[in-house]
Amino acid sequence: MEELKNKNEAVAEVEETDVPLDKNVRLMSPTRMVVRRFFRSKLSIVGLVMVIGLFLFSFVGPLFYPQWGETELDKSGKTKYTNSETTYTVDGVEYTLRQTVETEVEDNFLAPPSASHPLGTDKQGYDIFVRLMYGGRISLTVSFIAVFLISILGVILGGIAGYFGGVVDNVIMRICDVLICLPGIPILLIISTILDASDIDAKYRIYLLMIYLTFISWPGTARLVRGQILSLREQEYMVAAEAMGYSTQRKIFKHLVPNVMPQLIVSMSLSLGSMILYEATHSYLNLGVKPPFAAWGTMINIISTDTDILQNYLNVWIPAGVCIVIAVLGFNFIGDGLRDALDPKARR
Amino acid sequence: MAEEKVTTEFDPEVILEVQNLRKTFPLKKTITGKVTKELVAVDGVSFKLKAGETLGIVGESGCGKTTLGRAILKLHEPTGGRIIFEGRDITDLKSKEMREIRKKMQIIFQDPYSSLPPRSTVGGILSEPVEVHNIVPKSEIKDYVLDLMDKCGLRDYYYERYPHEFSGGQRQRICIARALSVNPKLVICDEPVSALDVSIQAQIINLLKKLQNEMGLTYVFISHDLSVVKYISDKIGVMYLGSMVEFGTKEDIFSMPLHPYTQALFSAIPHPDPDVKMNRIILKGDIPSPANPPKGCRFHTRCPHAMEICSQEAPEYKDYGNGHCAACHLLNK
Repeated sequence: MEELKNKNEAVAEVEETDVPLDKNVRLMSPTRMVVRRFFRSKLSIVGLVMVIGLFLFSFVGPLFYPQWGETELDKSGKTKYTNSETTYTVDGVEYTLRQTVETEVEDNFLAPPSASHPLGTDKQGYDIFVRLMYGGRISLTVSFIAVFLISILGVILGGIAGYFGGVVDNVIMRICDVLICLPGIPILLIISTILDASDIDAKYRIYLLMIYLTFISWPGTARLVRGQILSLREQEYMVAAEAMGYSTQRKIFKHLVPNVMPQLIVSMSLSLGSMILYEATHSYLNLGVKPPFAAWGTMINIISTDTDILQNYLNVWIPAGVCIVIAVLGFNFIGDGLRDALDPKARR
Repeated sequence: MAEEKVTTEFDPEVILEVQNLRKTFPLKKTITGKVTKELVAVDGVSFKLKAGETLGIVGESGCGKTTLGRAILKLHEPTGGRIIFEGRDITDLKSKEMREIRKKMQIIFQDPYSSLPPRSTVGGILSEPVEVHNIVPKSEIKDYVLDLMDKCGLRDYYYERYPHEFSGGQRQRICIARALSVNPKLVICDEPVSALDVSIQAQIINLLKKLQNEMGLTYVFISHDLSVVKYISDKIGVMYLGSMVEFGTKEDIFSMPLHPYTQALFSAIPHPDPDVKMNRIILKGDIPSPANPPKGCRFHTRCPHAMEICSQEAPEYKDYGNGHCAACHLLNK
């Protein structure tokens, strides 16, 4: 109704003051249209909420829950019971000796969820809830930085390959092929062994993990960017840019790359999810973040050695798994939503 | 540095001189990169164009008109021949050196849809070249662009809009404004109206004429529409299969076409009066492939007056008075 009224007013204006009709018709910029389509999809809003929630939980959470630190042990003490059973035979009669040893330990390990530990403590006596937050920091930061580096490297190398073509293209693409052929996990195992041998601080392993993830993942982005640029550079507006005498740098980074951005953003948001999975896998395999530092994958790692925890202490490892699922799902929902929103065929 | 290459008989009125321009595209290459088969898109085209004039280039589809236009701007690197712009030989300039010259020669494309970048506003499209070439100080760019938009018949509130919001005619006006934003001397109009409908064509042609008068532009107007070319041009060049078969002033060419191809082409112009009997010269066959052009005169396969010599020797491109040049054996008899 409101719109109709405006339209009528516009018509009246034309008659009186000769203002053309289309002056009052504002079409949206491509970016605004994409944003609107993105928020029209419920799934992408769910994804956004999931991801933002995790971010707040990880980065702001510790400020509101300062009771325990990441590497702070609960020293409240606990009684540890060890049962043992010995069977021996004397004069043909079998005796069984059952013995329970009670030990007072300093650390309050494997505590059940309680008021002071919302999710209990783990095998060492660290607060799981707090470690989830700090683990989230590491997992999210590592994947964000890795995706950021991958995009930069991919855009620069893919852009150069696509724009210049010929020998340059060939060289860069063959490097990509080689990197894609490399098996990721075995190489990581080797690197990890070397790192263990060379005694590098657990803190720096995180950065090395990021660099490694970037190194094996950039070819995907580079291929995507190259393919887009190959088709875009034949467009007439690129010939026009050439005729205008723009520099090569300007043509690539001001005219071509912005037009690759839609596809790039989609692939970035989707690969954020897979980076979190990568990071979790590596930590689970004890190749990434090492204790005492927490990462979601590292927190699940415990079940690979301790079947007791796998069966009886679900509160130790399930929350970390849930966080990983939420993060990956959230990033994938966002990626899908962006892809639909950026699809030029879905003009609505 | 490049001043050495100035031709000896430099006429300050001549803004563009093309000598024997040739452009080939490789079709087949051996592994070592040696070209074994090539497509000759433009072959030995020469002409001179004075400042303020309009040269109309006509010819069938695929005869090399567009390639010629782009080769003049060095958007395609010419294979042979010379291009002399404002007395300076620009044929061998590197792309960096060309950038400075680019602001003096511009191009308007055939397709107004694909020649505008989709993600910038009209204001962005028009102010970028002004900024890059430092045409006016930074603070005056917006006023300059608005003034230019007004000249090209674009309303000032289009400044914030995106190309997809416009119709073909308005888009072509944006393209014209972009080409003129750097104050060029020479504008190559590569079939600027053939993608538009007839009523809009007239508007755009009139706009081009008006701008030519105001800014003293020189046009190379490429088109296959003879009536448009007749309306806008001072000189006309007729192309067939990559080479110029006839060149002269509009009056000469229309009143006395020398080459049989030109005669056939002009006989096809429709007449508004249905009672006028048209003596159409119907050419047989199709235009031969530029990858495999016929020997001798290129036109002899379709020429109604073909003689024996035509299939053996290429005719010389000669001046038959008043700068009216043609290449045909018939004229030497």
